[in-house]
Amino acid sequence: MKTPYKRKQYWNEPTLSGWERAYLPEILRGLVITSGVFLRNMGRWITGKKGALTTYYPEETRWDYAPLNRGKHVLTQRPDGKPQCIACNMCATVCPAKVIEIEAGFDLADTAHPKFPVRFEIDYSRCIFCGLCVEACPEDAIRMAKETPGLPSDDRGQMWLTMDEMLTWKPQSDVAKPYPGAGGDAKARGAER
Amino acid sequence: MTQDLVVYVVYIAYAVGMLMGFGTVLTWVERKQAAVMSDRIGANRAYVRIPFTQIKLVWLGLFHGIADGIKMLVKEDFKPRTYDWYAYAVAPWVVFTPVLLVFGVIPFGGALDPGRLFPSLAEWFGGRTYQMQIAQLDAGLLMVFAFSGLTIIGAMLAGWSSANKFSLLGGLRAGSQMISYELVMGLTVLGLILIFGTVDLGSMVRQQSGTVLGFLPAWGVVYQPFAAVLFMTAAIAENKRIPFDLPEAESELIAGYYTEYSAMKMGLFMFAEFIEIAIIGALFTTLFLGGYNLPYMNDAGFTWPGGSTWAMSHGAVVVTQLVVFLLKVLVVCSFQILVRWTLPRFRYDQVLSFAWKFMLPLALANLAITAVLVWSHQGGAA
Repeated sequence: MKTPYKRKQYWNEPTLSGWERAYLPEILRGLVITSGVFLRNMGRWITGKKGALTTYYPEETRWDYAPLNRGKHVLTQRPDGKPQCIACNMCATVCPAKVIEIEAGFDLADTAHPKFPVRFEIDYSRCIFCGLCVEACPEDAIRMAKETPGLPSDDRGQMWLTMDEMLTWKPQSDVAKPYPGAGGDAKARGAER
Repeated sequence: MTQDLVVYVVYIAYAVGMLMGFGTVLTWVERKQAAVMSDRIGANRAYVRIPFTQIKLVWLGLFHGIADGIKMLVKEDFKPRTYDWYAYAVAPWVVFTPVLLVFGVIPFGGALDPGRLFPSLAEWFGGRTYQMQIAQLDAGLLMVFAFSGLTIIGAMLAGWSSANKFSLLGGLRAGSQMISYELVMGLTVLGLILIFGTVDLGSMVRQQSGTVLGFLPAWGVVYQPFAAVLFMTAAIAENKRIPFDLPEAESELIAGYYTEYSAMKMGLFMFAEFIEIAIIGALFTTLFLGGYNLPYMNDAGFTWPGGSTWAMSHGAVVVTQLVVFLLKVLVVCSFQILVRWTLPRFRYDQVLSFAWKFMLPLALANLAITAVLVWSHQGGAA
């Protein structure tokens, strides 16, 4: 003889009190909660404050990016403002997405590093932000800032960053990397040349 | 007769324009209200650029409704191979048209005297006055139910003729759910019919212009608070919106009875839903919230409870009544959107048992108590 099906009782079986079973009071409570949130947020919007948790992208930057977040690329500069890059193409070689394009130039007057980039461009429509270019660089010429590049566009052709846009940061003030003329062990470095 | 024609053409243009406007604006209100309720910003990227300039008008995302409409119009109108092409093509219109027609009997303002409004036309109008209501039918409320019953046929036609099992299930669900709640809706309104002694909506609203007990506005919600709650619930279920959106429950039925519809045919279903929000708002306002009446206001101005009066010109009264009606409708619409973004969806068997085992007995009890009270108030057994 077949035994009738008995439903399994779970340890977290939901229970409803009589008040909750009456349904209408709980619905009213829910409506009060949601309309309360609505009125609070509307009050904030009307008084000129922001009534949402959303961050406008790309107009606003989130404040809680991790300090080590791999975001937009930065080309470091020498004290004279030239890029630190020696156009060795190691970053472009290691790049798994093949987004870095470098055109090298040659300057005999600068005997310490005669090779320099004429063009240094990154296609952010394909960049995967892996940071391998930063690790491959022998000259510490490319780093990644924590901010995102902020390049949303309808057109992929618009999503390239050129050298001018990446040369935004002069690390003379960076204590971790002293430069000639910035004090510290700059003399030792200068002697190497 | 030409005068009548002019006035009613203006009325019809106003009504259609108002409903279309509500249908468009409510998509925006729904998005924005939902966003603000859940700590978001909401759609705010669509813009209109003034030609030859770089000035982009965003206006808090109001243009997203236009973007939606254009998208619906230019999308591919995919036609399924169905055995009943005619029913498939006509179903969106069967849903859409009655929704517009219902507004014909709803009064959206008090008495209008065009001669007083435009003195230069006074001679031509010859002192005629018009109620601001397109059709002053004695059977107004019955017409409302007759036409809103037609939308059931549209939903079922769409479900049947799409040759898709999801659509068929959605159509079946729509049919049984809407018929059940139509009944509850009718029963809740019967109490009001007993009290006001008429089914003419214009007359109902005029009876709601006074006061009860000297200070309470004589609105339907004061006489029938319980029926107001039941009516609102049944109306939301009738409109198939969350928490009663079982006919189009996307997690179960993709889009229910309009799964096979695309482009503007699908847009018509959506637009009909938003216009029906406005229609429910207008109906609830008319039946329970005193229509265009403000408390203590009559056709000559305000009469405060203390006995002091505040006279208003005819033009000011007309404009106030129109605006008050629109504001009340907007508040009720906003409440429906609040409900939609607060409550989770029912299970399907719960929807039907809620209608037949919970709301129907309550509506009947409400009707019985109202009947007894009205009977005793009118002199009892005598």
